[in-house]
This record gives sequence, C-alpha cells and structure tokens, in this order.
Amino acid sequence: MGAGGIAARRFRGDMAQPAELTIEESPAELEELYRQMLFIRHFEEKCNQVYRMGKAGGYLHVYIGMEATAVGWLSMLRKDDYVITAYRDHAQALLMGNDPVAVMAEIMGRRGGTSKGKGGSMHLYDIPHNFFGGWGIVGGHIPLGAGLSFASKYKGEDRVTLNFLGDGASNAGVFYETLNMAGLWDLPCIFLIENNEFAMGTRLEYHAANVELHRKGYPFGIRHERMDGMDVLAVRKAARRIIDYVRNEQRPYLVEVMNYRFAGHGAADNDQSLYRTPDEVEAAKARDPIKLLENVILAQRVLTPEQIEAIHSDIEDQVQEIYEKADAMPFPDPEEVYDNVYTDMEVEKGH
Amino acid sequence: MAIKEMTYREAVRQAMVDEMERDPNVFLMGEDIGRYQGTFRVTQGLFNQFKQVRVLDTPITEPGIVGLATGAAMVGLRPIVEMMTMSFSILALDQIINHSAKVHYMTAGQACVPLVIRGPGGAANQLSAQHSHSMEGWYAHVPGLKVVAPAFPADAYGMLKTAVRDDNPVIFTEHPTLYGVKGEVPVDMDYLVPFGKANVVRQGSDISLIAYSKMVHVCLEAAEALAAEGIQAEVVDVRSLLPLDVETIYASVRRTHRAVVVYEDWRSGGFGAEIAARIGEDCFDDLDAPVGRVGGLNVPMPYARVLELQCIPNANDVIAAVRKAGL
Repeated sequence: MGAGGIAARRFRGDMAQPAELTIEESPAELEELYRQMLFIRHFEEKCNQVYRMGKAGGYLHVYIGMEATAVGWLSMLRKDDYVITAYRDHAQALLMGNDPVAVMAEIMGRRGGTSKGKGGSMHLYDIPHNFFGGWGIVGGHIPLGAGLSFASKYKGEDRVTLNFLGDGASNAGVFYETLNMAGLWDLPCIFLIENNEFAMGTRLEYHAANVELHRKGYPFGIRHERMDGMDVLAVRKAARRIIDYVRNEQRPYLVEVMNYRFAGHGAADNDQSLYRTPDEVEAAKARDPIKLLENVILAQRVLTPEQIEAIHSDIEDQVQEIYEKADAMPFPDPEEVYDNVYTDMEVEKGH
Repeated sequence: MAIKEMTYREAVRQAMVDEMERDPNVFLMGEDIGRYQGTFRVTQGLFNQFKQVRVLDTPITEPGIVGLATGAAMVGLRPIVEMMTMSFSILALDQIINHSAKVHYMTAGQACVPLVIRGPGGAANQLSAQHSHSMEGWYAHVPGLKVVAPAFPADAYGMLKTAVRDDNPVIFTEHPTLYGVKGEVPVDMDYLVPFGKANVVRQGSDISLIAYSKMVHVCLEAAEALAAEGIQAEVVDVRSLLPLDVETIYASVRRTHRAVVVYEDWRSGGFGAEIAARIGEDCFDDLDAPVGRVGGLNVPMPYARVLELQCIPNANDVIAAVRKAGL
C-alpha cells in the first residue's frame, strides 16, 4: 500500500499489509479488468453530465473511485451467484451483464430502461443475470440478500450471495438482525461493506462507535476481515479466497473493503468541503484504482502507453454511443403507469 | 372433498399443511412457531410434522424476518411468515411497504414476491395498547399488497390457500377472538376462495351492514336483535380489503338503500371510511340516509376490561347506527 493511500493514512497499523502480489492474471485478463474499470469511470462521468443537463432526475450516485471493488469481486463470482446492493448500483448492474444502453435509458427514465423507466438510477435490476438491485433505503436490502442465500441453501444449491452495503448501512438495526440470522443458520452470504469513509456527508469517525466495521461480524460468529479495495488485483485475490470459503463451508463472511469515493454522495451533493478537504481527496486519488492497474500494465509491458490511449478513446466513444442510443429512446406512455403493480390484477385507474 | 367441522385455528393450520404438502417451496417462519408450537397454537404439531427448516423458529426481529422472506420469495420460495400479532408487523413496515410491495413494480415485472404474512390482528383480551392493533386498513392503503381478513373457518381455509398460491405479497389477518370459532370447512387440496369477492352472509331488505373479520359476527348479532323488532338487516362480509369487491357492496346498498360500515380499527381514517366514501361516491342516489360508520374509539387500547370493551364496537353500537340511519 502506498504511503499516500487513504486507508493507510487513516488506518495505519490496523490493516494487514498486503503480501507481495504475484500477478496471476494473464495479459488479456489484465486488459479486461482495466477496460471494465475504465468503462465504469466513463459511464459514471457521463451520468453526472446527463444529470447536469437535466436529462436524469431524482437521486443519482456514481461509483467513481470505487471501481476496483465491484470489478474485483464480481470478476471472481460464478454466473449463478447472486448479487444485491444499495443505490450506488450502476457498476454492479453493468458488470452483471445488463445492456448498458438499457441501464443508461433507465437512468434517463426511458421506456427502454431496465425497469421501463419505473426505477431510475437507484433501482436497477437484472434478475435473469442474478442481479437483484438496486435499493434506496439505507440498510433495507440487507435481509433480502440473506433471503437469497437462504433460498439457495434451502434448495441445496451451492450459490454464493454477495451482499453489498455501505459503511453508513452498517449501523442500521436490520444489519445486525440479518447478521444474527446468517450466523444462526449458516447462510452462504458475503456481507461486503464498501467503506468509502462517508455515510452521505458524515465521516466514519462521526457515525461509527468502532471504525473497524468488520468487527461487527465477531459477535455473530461470522469470520470477518478488512481489506484494501483500491488495488483490483489484491481485491481479486482476497475475493477468491473468501468466495471459496463461503461456497465450500456454506457459512457467511463479513468483509470490509476500504475504498474511497472521489465523487460526492449523489449528483446533488455540491458542497463536499462540508465534510472533507482537497488534500484528503488528492491523497486518495494518488491511489486511484485505475491508475494503480495502469502502472502494473505498463510495468509488465502488457500494453504500451499508446495502446492505453487508444483504449481510453475507444471507451469514451462507446459511452457516447450508449448515451446517444438511450437518449433516442422514448419516455414511457402514460398508460404504463399502471403496469406491474401486481402480477395478476389491474389496479383501479384515475385519481 | 370432506366437510369437516373445525375451528378457525384448525382451518388456518390445515391450509398450511395442505400447501406445504403440495409444494416443497412453501415454508413457515416466525417467532415461537416451531418447538413452542405457536403463541396462539396455530402451528401446533407442524414442527414435528415438517421439521426444521420448513418450520423455522426465528429470532424476535420482525424487519429481518420479513426482509429475509422477501429475498427468498424473489428466487422462488413461498414463505408464510407468522406475526405473533399483527401489532408487531409495525416493526417491519419498511420491509413490507418499502420493499416487498415494491419489488414487482420497481423491477418492471422481472421479479415477484409470493409471500404471505399472517397472524392475529385486532384486540384479544386485555392485551392493552401495544398488542391490540387492527393493521389491515394500514396495509390496504398500499399498492402492491393484497389484504384479506376472513371471518369464518371455511374462508380462512380457502383464502389462506389462495394466498399461498398468489405471486404477490399478501397480508392475511386472523382475529385472535375468532380462533375458537367453529364452522364447516370443505377440506380439499383445491378448495380455494378467491380474493376480491365479498359475501352476503345474511340477507335483508332494510339496511346493509358492511364489515370484515370479527365485526361480521358483531353485525350478525345486531341483525339478529333487529330482526326481533322487524328490521331486516343484510350483512355483507367484505373478506378481501385489497382487492375490494365494491360491486357486491353496491348491489346490497342498492337493494336496502341504507348502509352502516363497521370496523374495529380506530374510527378515524380507518378502512371503513374508505368503504363509506365509495358508497357515497357511487350510490348517492340510491341512499335514503347518510352512510353510517361504527369504528373503534379513537384512543390507544386500554387495559381494564371495562374500558377495553368500551373501545371495541359491539352489537349495541351497530344498532345505534342503524337507528341513526332512520330505522
């Protein structure tokens, strides 16, 4: 971990130093990981732009700075594993196999969106690809994720559920209720706290009595650890070990992934000086997950600087095309407001 | 089909046994439902019959239980969650209203939640302010939920089986004072009572008494007393609040030209007000008197029996409302 690393700065000494990494990924895999993170970065920047243009409304939370967490973890899952998260859900939705045009269209409230314009940025789903959203109440989805793992265990399957939550959500009562059930019934569920150090605009040390959030697994007999979330290769190594444990032992795990959001809480968070300093952001950006992997790729001569340049412009073009396709899609028809309230019954119409 | 006399409690239990035998994805979860046999003994014997994990004792954590059941339902299980009393479902409102009820809509139909939340709702016997709520009107306010409150063993049996087979979250209210009520139940794997069908349980030409759950029995008692003086009251058992069968209610009102709606929930803002408003909107010209309402007193439920009984509508309250309607 670099000396300027945010986790090192704030938690120096209480985090295990990552072992010397032997790179296990092939050149093609390294490039793919790089492309995935870069794609999320550009997609999210486009989302912010779309929001500023007034083409997306409501609440919108981007994943900028946290890419290594979702990319690292999801790249180690099996296709039949379950994933659920809160409202900072664009990255997971994209990585689980959703059509990116449908994701952008949903964010823009279009009929061609993943939820036909009913969900928006916070409520992205891709049930056929085992992505279960996309939830807006802090902590509220955590027991749902345990329910997914309960069901797979009930049916005798060996799926793993990856249950993302934020550092803020780790204070919610229902989180402890769920940890208790997961420990009690040995649910194959990984509780993954994305500790980006802020519960909206409140810093970790102002919202958590014990800032080592992974320790919340201890009272429930759940194995727990804290890990770096900025180095995607380290993330993958830890993820493989933990996923194997949960799948083979059919027991839960609590992992606290230290990352940092470079963006505000939401697109409407326009005064970050209320809760952090420019120096701190700069220090965090010295460990930008995309830059860290880029360094490895250059050092290993997987790609040349020119090739990296070309990948950047390729992805920028892709994202622009996605945006244009989404923007060309129509808004929902007024009559569609009544669809999908129930599986089998119409609702009463009119005011 | 075998017609058996059984209590409301046994009818609910038989419906669960039927559905668990029919479908391995149906399972029960709740507080004290297994080894302890259920606080109201509704699940008596089921733990021995079906074992862990299909009869699952849970911690006393309603939000966690309902949330876990919702997630399990999204991937094909069909949980029946027992609330020890519906009053405790207040803890789980976020999971019920803001999660379960929203899944199908927010996913634009990609997922559904075949979940039943059942348990006793309403005042039992001196359980006082925190254990006596009638929650069905609260839930019937929420799009995405279905809400039923059967009054008789046969309906409890047939409607619970319908609820388990429904792909949407269903709130199934049992009144604690009805558990011992006996009735004939047509026990059959495929005996289903559909939602959204009210039932005229007593015919009459002078006034319509409209109620659900325990208040149907109160209305029948009032109708009996009124009959002795020559007033013929019709009693409509609403059975299903959401969906609501307004046609059967309207047809009754159009025959009798008078209506009183009776519900145990707090009078102000309760579901009876919804029924009364609809009759007013759609049957105004058929009415010979304003629609009457009889509801619970607008106070927290007190402990002392004499005060508790004062709060819960009884036959005399219904008769007084009938008088007010000009009879």
